[in-house]
Amino acid sequence: MTALVLLDAEDGTIPQTSRSAIAAAATLGEIDVLVTGGPDTIQAAAASAAKLPGIRKVRTAAGEAFAHGLAEPLAALIVALAPEYDHILAAATAIGKSALPRAAARLDVQIIPDVMDIKDAETFVRPIFAGNALVTLRSSDAKKLLTIRTASFDPVPAEGGNAPIEAVTPPSSAEKSRFLSAEHSSTERPQLEAARVIVSGGRGMQSAEGFKILEPLADKLGAAIGASRVAVDAGFVPNDYQVGQTGKIVAPDLYIACGISGAIQHLAGMKDSKVIVAINKDEDAPIFQVADYGLVGDLFQIVPALTAALE
Amino acid sequence: MKILVPIKRVVDYNVKVRVRRDGTGVETAGVKMSMNPFDEIAVEEALRLREKGAADDIVVVSVGVPQAADTLRTALAMGADRAILVQSEESPEPLAVAKILKTLVEREKPDLVILGKQAIDDDMNATGQMLAGLLDWPQATFASRVEKTDDGLTVTREVDGGSETLSLTLPAIVTADLRLNEPRYASLPNIMKAKKKPLDTIAAADLGIDLTRRLTMLSMAEPPTRKAGVKLGSVAELVEKLRNEAKVI
Repeated sequence: MTALVLLDAEDGTIPQTSRSAIAAAATLGEIDVLVTGGPDTIQAAAASAAKLPGIRKVRTAAGEAFAHGLAEPLAALIVALAPEYDHILAAATAIGKSALPRAAARLDVQIIPDVMDIKDAETFVRPIFAGNALVTLRSSDAKKLLTIRTASFDPVPAEGGNAPIEAVTPPSSAEKSRFLSAEHSSTERPQLEAARVIVSGGRGMQSAEGFKILEPLADKLGAAIGASRVAVDAGFVPNDYQVGQTGKIVAPDLYIACGISGAIQHLAGMKDSKVIVAINKDEDAPIFQVADYGLVGDLFQIVPALTAALE
Repeated sequence: MKILVPIKRVVDYNVKVRVRRDGTGVETAGVKMSMNPFDEIAVEEALRLREKGAADDIVVVSVGVPQAADTLRTALAMGADRAILVQSEESPEPLAVAKILKTLVEREKPDLVILGKQAIDDDMNATGQMLAGLLDWPQATFASRVEKTDDGLTVTREVDGGSETLSLTLPAIVTADLRLNEPRYASLPNIMKAKKKPLDTIAAADLGIDLTRRLTMLSMAEPPTRKAGVKLGSVAELVEKLRNEAKVI
């Protein structure tokens, strides 16, 4: 059997999320990876992909249409390559979640999203109801298309391999959507999915101003900053900070939840963290039921004290 | 512009679902059902486009059990013009729903289909993309802002690490994310008016689409629970535990 893994390599590097998707594919036979991007990034991306361990070959498709991960050309490319593969995987990132279901429909395959465990070549485990239930599914489709819940798989190392690179000619198709612009949040901190430590805030942060007291703590710990859906809805921070079933699914070594009550939809996004610390003034908050260490009290006193104690 | 908005009846988002003891599904007896929250956002966006003069006809459609008619009435009370219920015994998989919707799109000829980005029951996040694939229409998933332009749409999307803006030609598919808008509540007079709005029912079986499930559920289980830890008395104690017991800092 052979699997194809679509990598999110548009900026010329291979992110940890894509390396987790490769790890997921490890039990599914030989692995090819598909690298796409604009003409100016493709060579760097292909060179990085070739160093990944355990890869049979790196397939590349370059062109302006691929520079921003648009779903239409990516799905058309996947459909064109599909006859050669039994499984096609991508990390459950914005690009994977957009392109793979589109390709699956063209192939008359039911996509299997957010896979967290692969039992065998046709049996997969995924969460439903915001992580309140896990279903084991067997697919009867001849080909399987999966997106991978990256927090469930340890990424393969970035180096160790030396795979050959082969350019593929993408199918030509009429332009249907066009990239206009992107606004990226601050990139000074680690990405949420890749961070070893995450400091996260909820309703208890009270305001966008209040939320800022998490920054010195995150700086001290080299942590990414996350938020609950309530904090995002209230406008304290942008949506891409959101951890939870409707946001990012994370599993850092240390997750510090500040002023987060622990709604089930938030827990679904972080309960696989190795160590959870909860800081909340409500001693009955559900977050304490999953936290390894809890501090009951005013976070506006505790967070600065914790920051100072880490000197 | 004509807009089609597919909506799904799901377990209300405030309900804590429980897996049945025999592992065959979740407990749904006596459980409150509502419109999928992301679909409410999709309906609201269609209404706002109409209020801005960019749309003139809004058709809502649901695929599912007869009670999904109640969910369609909710959308009519919010302000949609017309509803279609494609009745089936259970909720088909996204691929089958997308095939049903494709048939309806061919009949209704909308310029735009707006869907919620995912249903909060199966969390598949797939129907919009699959419909776009079947129709070979452009798609913009996870929309946080939609604007009608002279020759199409400008859509801002929530992506990893920020947002991006795309321009789409019409007809197109858009899926709604959380921050696109805040859906309105239906007023009592509008709920009364909605009872007189047209709601057609079609049997899914009459559409000639194979609804056979591709995914067989072998089992369902609750996720492993985490044990509650300890409450500590001071910041100093926390730092000591993180350093020497958990060894994570």
